Amino acid sequence: MSISFDPAPSLKEFGELRRQVRAHIDSALGSDFSSPQRARSWISADPEFSRSLGKRGWLGMTLPKKYGGQERTALERYVVAEELLAAGAPVGAHWVADRQSAPLLLYYGTEEQRLEILPKIAVGECYFCIGMSEPNSGSDLAAVQTRATRTDDGYVVHGTKLWTTNAHNAHYMTLLARTDKSDERHGGMSQFLVDMRTQGIEVRPIIDLVGEHDFNEVRFENVLLPPTALLGNEGDGWKQVMGELAFERSGPERFLSSFALLNELVLVLSDAPDRQARQAIGRLLAHLMVLRHMSQSVAGMLQRGESPTLQATIVKDLGAILEQEIPEIARTLVKVEGSLSATDSFAATFARTLLAAPSFSLRGGTREILRGIIARGLGLR
Amino acid sequence: MSSMILDAAEKIFARNTNIRSRHVFDVEHWAAVEASGFTRALLAEEAGGFGLSANDATSILRVSAKHTSRLPLAETMLANWLLADAGLPIANGVTTVALVDALPSENCRSVVATRVPWARVAGAVVVVARDGRIGSFESPRIVAQGMNFAGEARDDIELAWSADNFQTEAAPRLFDSYLALCAMLRVVGMAGSAEAALKLSVDYANDRVQFGRPIGRNQVIQHQLAVMASQVAASVAAADMAAIAFPLVMSDEDRFKTIVASAKVRVGEAAGICASIAHQVHGAIGYTEEYRLHNLTKQLWSWRDEYGNEAFWSEVLADQMFSMKTPSPWQFLT
Repeated sequence: MSISFDPAPSLKEFGELRRQVRAHIDSALGSDFSSPQRARSWISADPEFSRSLGKRGWLGMTLPKKYGGQERTALERYVVAEELLAAGAPVGAHWVADRQSAPLLLYYGTEEQRLEILPKIAVGECYFCIGMSEPNSGSDLAAVQTRATRTDDGYVVHGTKLWTTNAHNAHYMTLLARTDKSDERHGGMSQFLVDMRTQGIEVRPIIDLVGEHDFNEVRFENVLLPPTALLGNEGDGWKQVMGELAFERSGPERFLSSFALLNELVLVLSDAPDRQARQAIGRLLAHLMVLRHMSQSVAGMLQRGESPTLQATIVKDLGAILEQEIPEIARTLVKVEGSLSATDSFAATFARTLLAAPSFSLRGGTREILRGIIARGLGLR
Repeated sequence: MSSMILDAAEKIFARNTNIRSRHVFDVEHWAAVEASGFTRALLAEEAGGFGLSANDATSILRVSAKHTSRLPLAETMLANWLLADAGLPIANGVTTVALVDALPSENCRSVVATRVPWARVAGAVVVVARDGRIGSFESPRIVAQGMNFAGEARDDIELAWSADNFQTEAAPRLFDSYLALCAMLRVVGMAGSAEAALKLSVDYANDRVQFGRPIGRNQVIQHQLAVMASQVAASVAAADMAAIAFPLVMSDEDRFKTIVASAKVRVGEAAGICASIAHQVHGAIGYTEEYRLHNLTKQLWSWRDEYGNEAFWSEVLADQMFSMKTPSPWQFLT
């Protein structure tokens, strides 16, 4: 009945790797890399930083060597990922590609697609965006209307994708489109590997409430894709994106989004933390400790080839609650009037985190969708 | 978790049919538990145990909590471990633990240890003093009998407080480590209680029909139970985390304390949420003495306050982190 997490595997043996990643982050970003910058982390694109990780073998870590990977374990990948996120390193350029597009291609791609793209992901030179949501298909992903019509030359795509993070930096999109009429709600969809340079694709920026350009609207106007763009099997699109979402939801980014603010908060309080502050900070540490254990447990399950979809969903739901609590707690402990342009590091980091906070329980599946998934796991639907 | 142990534990603890949460010490039930050897589950093989991992050993307590067994098993398990750890002979029968945050001295003739679990049925009390010295006190005088919400005996006892009553010198272990050990057992018990409360609640939501359909078909109920399931998952993960950390009590006491403190804070918080949702989903039936939900929620409400509540352990965590040379949450967590 209860959804069980296997005890988390120990990460002790990867201490050296952890130290190497920390040292690299420190030297690559330098002390000038500010706290508000760190608060942006995985939506902040810095191709040079991405390439520096590729050079050290920290991208595509779990991929087979023949595709440019390192054949390292999911646990080692986890260590690298959490160090990058905890430091707020600018990993936005490669994040999606490394996290979910590479495994997707490995499972469903043709040998040609794998050989061409995976090595580029592993060196930090190939970035991805995810073409799932649409103007009329947000949480209801099965309602996608973008259509890919088969022709003699391949597929002609027509439609609009929305809230597409990183589309303006990405070389490829994994596109979910309707290829067939189907009586089943989840049928008739397929996934495509779309070269973003293809003619007829238009990427328009959407500025978010932080005032930043993270996501986009991507329009497809009779875009001709070659037959080789099909990813996996025609009609299996739904199944494939569900597998992809398991990767998207399972990582430590689901509870570390506000970590830069927590660091700032501790810094401001460290001179003389009163009782209220110590209780609040101690509680946050306890939550983080347990979430990290759960997230490691998910990494362990991935390592054994299991598909911990429900567990990942729970980590994401709990993680988002905590991430959203941190700015609320910060403002009760430290007097602050937030401002993105503040020279005071705490005020600027607070502003950045607070304004981004609504997205924490929306992106990658809203809180309500996640709870529906958990309820199904409990046998309630 | 080994399924053999779980099956054995299920069989033994399922015989508890005492639904009313009044203190009754079921002598026969306890005899069966003792005969199973569970009271020695934490011990290493050479100390008379079965060489179980701490995770397996504590999983027995999860099962016991699930069946609201109301037996002094956690206490006896820990008392035996404390005795073995101090190089003292293992006791037979019910043995409990009292932590007394004071030093034995010449001029203080006796102290009262409050809310000692199951003291009235215990043959011996393993007493830990502030400096970590251990004494096994036989048949202490009961000053006042009490119990927690869950009907478990919590008695005040009088202890002759001189160094002569202790069998060991000051121990290398910190007093806080003993407190953390006790807290660890409550963490595990709460995880088991929360799991069982979730199962009851989900089953009830699927069975109970209102407005022409099971109430569990309503999205609002589904989401409440999803919230509870996440809290339960966090509780079980925290219990695992604490149990895995158990060997650290002998090698890295500070880290052991950090991990148990985190677990106690997290599970303590989950306990309140789980109890609240379980009762809300159950409606009036869960508020009656004849239905067994209240035994589980009473365990949650009692155990979250025993051996340090969330505020207490949160401060411990913050103190540890703020006392780092350069306080850093991430360094502290990893």
